[in-house]
Amino acid sequence: MEPLIAVTAIFALALLAPQTSRLLAHRAGWLLSLLPFGLFAWMASLSPAVNADPPKWNQPWVPEIGLNLAFRLDGLALLFGLLITGIGGLVLVYAGEYMKGDPRAGRLLSFLLFFMGSMLGVVLADNLILLFVFWELTSVSSFLLIGFNSDEEGSRRGAIQALVVTGGGGLALLAGLVWMGQAAQTYEISNLPSLAGHPAYAGLFALVAIGCFTKSAQFPFHFWLPNAMKAPTPVSAYLHSATMVKAGVYLLARLSPTLGGTQIWEVTLTAVGGATMVVGGGLALIQYDLKRILAYTTVAALGTLVLALGIGGEKAAGAAMAFLLAHALYKGALFLVAGAVDHGTGTRDIRALSGLARQMPITGFAALLAGLSMLGVAPMGFLAKEMAFEAALSSPLAAVQAGALSLAAVAFAWVAFVVGWRIFRGTPSQPDAHEGSPGLWLGPMVLGLLGVGLGCAPAWLEGFVGSAAANSVMPDYQGHWSLWHGFNLALGLGVGCIVLGLVGARASERAVAWGAERKAVVGCERAYDAAIAGANRLAETFTSLVQSGRLRVYLQTTIGTTLVLLAAAMLRWTPDFPNRPFDVRPHEVLLLIAMLAGVIGAAHSKSRLSAVVILGVVGFGVALTYVLLGAPDLAMTQIAVEILTVILFVLTFIHLPKFQRASTLPTRLGDAAVATVFGAAMGFLCLVASEQRYGEPVSAYFVENSYPLAHGRNIVNVILVDFRGLDTMGEITVLALAGLGVVALWSAKRSGGGASTR
Amino acid sequence: MVGQAVGRWRIYSVILASVARAMLPLLLVFSLFLLWRGHNEPGGGFTGGLVAAAGFALYAMAFQPRSVRRVIRVDLRTLMGAGLLCAAAAGVIGMAQNKPFMTGVWISWQGPEGIAVEIGTPFLFDVGVYLVVFSVTLSIILSKAEER
Repeated sequence: MEPLIAVTAIFALALLAPQTSRLLAHRAGWLLSLLPFGLFAWMASLSPAVNADPPKWNQPWVPEIGLNLAFRLDGLALLFGLLITGIGGLVLVYAGEYMKGDPRAGRLLSFLLFFMGSMLGVVLADNLILLFVFWELTSVSSFLLIGFNSDEEGSRRGAIQALVVTGGGGLALLAGLVWMGQAAQTYEISNLPSLAGHPAYAGLFALVAIGCFTKSAQFPFHFWLPNAMKAPTPVSAYLHSATMVKAGVYLLARLSPTLGGTQIWEVTLTAVGGATMVVGGGLALIQYDLKRILAYTTVAALGTLVLALGIGGEKAAGAAMAFLLAHALYKGALFLVAGAVDHGTGTRDIRALSGLARQMPITGFAALLAGLSMLGVAPMGFLAKEMAFEAALSSPLAAVQAGALSLAAVAFAWVAFVVGWRIFRGTPSQPDAHEGSPGLWLGPMVLGLLGVGLGCAPAWLEGFVGSAAANSVMPDYQGHWSLWHGFNLALGLGVGCIVLGLVGARASERAVAWGAERKAVVGCERAYDAAIAGANRLAETFTSLVQSGRLRVYLQTTIGTTLVLLAAAMLRWTPDFPNRPFDVRPHEVLLLIAMLAGVIGAAHSKSRLSAVVILGVVGFGVALTYVLLGAPDLAMTQIAVEILTVILFVLTFIHLPKFQRASTLPTRLGDAAVATVFGAAMGFLCLVASEQRYGEPVSAYFVENSYPLAHGRNIVNVILVDFRGLDTMGEITVLALAGLGVVALWSAKRSGGGASTR
Repeated sequence: MVGQAVGRWRIYSVILASVARAMLPLLLVFSLFLLWRGHNEPGGGFTGGLVAAAGFALYAMAFQPRSVRRVIRVDLRTLMGAGLLCAAAAGVIGMAQNKPFMTGVWISWQGPEGIAVEIGTPFLFDVGVYLVVFSVTLSIILSKAEER
């Protein structure tokens, strides 16, 4: 079970990251990156096996619902796995240096590793439900990472928005996956048949597509991705460009053989992908924040991938895989460059950046390499773009698809010029700019060089992973990866887009100035805001309707509802009363009288404290009853609870104003009536319940097996920790969560409503 | 007035302080005793945790809530996590032997003169219950007591 061990090891390392960070400070990333790099080497070494016959692993987890710990390393998984571990390792190194001196560095590294394990799980999983579990974990880790600077409003907003959008899509996805599993009669992904002709096809495709489109920031859900840029830059490079946002693309690619090849598929993916490319590419041109520029081009790139998968066929499958790799390399590099620039100059505003090449030569060189790849000139980018254009031109929807591709390519060229060249040329505008430590330029440099180097050996790349990856999308893939395809329309379109983009980039300053004036939120995000505001209004209306804030009303509602339900049940049922003689002993009568006296005394007391103390008589009376009935465990717990309750009451009372009797006599009589009726009803219920026996009570089994099976003579305890241990586990989990909630609320109140939990 | 007397929990009282100082170790030992014997005799992690929390609550009243946090040293939230981890670990140990989650695993030791000690994962589970109940109860009481 190597994949399971790999994922578990990454999660375990995530737990150790804070300590490592404390010990090694900003060098912790170097040590932590050894594990992802090791896994990278392991997966790379499996490449021949993957190309021959993809290895599989399987272990039952909950076989009753078809949920197995099934993993499979095929070409697509290998490509993603290498990106996740390779870029992940570089990002860990980078993040350690980036957060130098920040006490939260360990937490960031821990979250990054948590994400890495989840994402690796997504791509290795060979079971629909297992895949979904990891899928949701990536959403959770993304939420934690976007909201990392939790003291910033924008950061919290971005985190919640990303979680709502991707989590909401996740719900649709879960329904779609379960439906798919039912339709296909298997949850094992590698065994899924083509469902193209299945009657439920349209429904389950729509659900799965919503899950994928939200996750991969497709129009109209694209707005969360630019807002996710509030995360620290290493996170943006890793999650929100290279890996996590590609999970939707991954799943579409993964399910291409199952759901692809239909008209619905082709039209939907072309329309959504194309719209995303145009919207993302267009909005990228008018941003001035480096990270937002890159975020919008990432949106466009994700649209390109969806479009390519929509085209279908061999050429498109190959193009999608090549572009996926090229984009992960150059965009990851550019994000890391943006982080280094931010780190070195303190700003990401392109209007204030120029001439950085002199002060940050290494970063500048890495940016140039990545920019060339994005432009489509450096080999990897060129290869991907050529393949994409050829695929688009050979499809029935060529005009739409090639058109969208051209628009995106122009935008890419434009942006590549701005972020890879212009901010580094000219006269230096930031006198304090400086090159970062090796950890800060190693990542972009390696990714930039790979973007050039891998493209120089397309045949090797194809044999190593490209062909196998395309094969997962398009079975029996027979493509041929090469740089030079002769002078054809695709080449002409590519060159034309580059020229247009570079010419257009001259107008960049004007476009940015135009965009900066317009603070208007895009329509889609406005719809999101309206939906959230509507949900809040609904909740407020409902709350003000049912939550009066008065304890008496709550009690009366609860008790009244119980009584009505009880009465309704009574109407249709005649209970059996116990007909054995009651064996009442004198001391039991005394106890009863004492408890009754306590009740009456508490109701009549003139101070809160005396009421609590007198009520204690009832509590201890109950404890004594337990003793008499042979339940010492319950009695002890009751006594301890009684004591602690008094302490809590006392601590609360010192904050309350002096006790005053505000209720009138009729109100009090009414309360007394409600209390008496309820008490009588509960007593009656206990009495008749003891006579109702449906089947053998389970207690006999517990008594019999407590010692032989569970090695314990205290049955109550054995039930709690063994026979019914799972229940107890749930209870203590709830208890701990409730405790945390109470403490957080009180300390928030203490610190004046702040969010701190200390 | 009763209310004012209650307000004195913050003020140093020699009698209360002496009693609390003497009672705390006794109550803690008693709570551990309850925890240990729980599987065969009345007791267990739940009761034990409550007794230990009550001991510290007494201490918090005699001294300052802050002093309790200092005495415990460990952050109570860490203890909550540790408790849940103990309980989960007790469940997982059985899985290592290819048995379902939460299957009890026991080891026994036969000493001289008929002394026999049996210890199993349910005890570890009970330790988890003890820690969670103790830390949750005490942190609620302490944060209430620290309220101004």
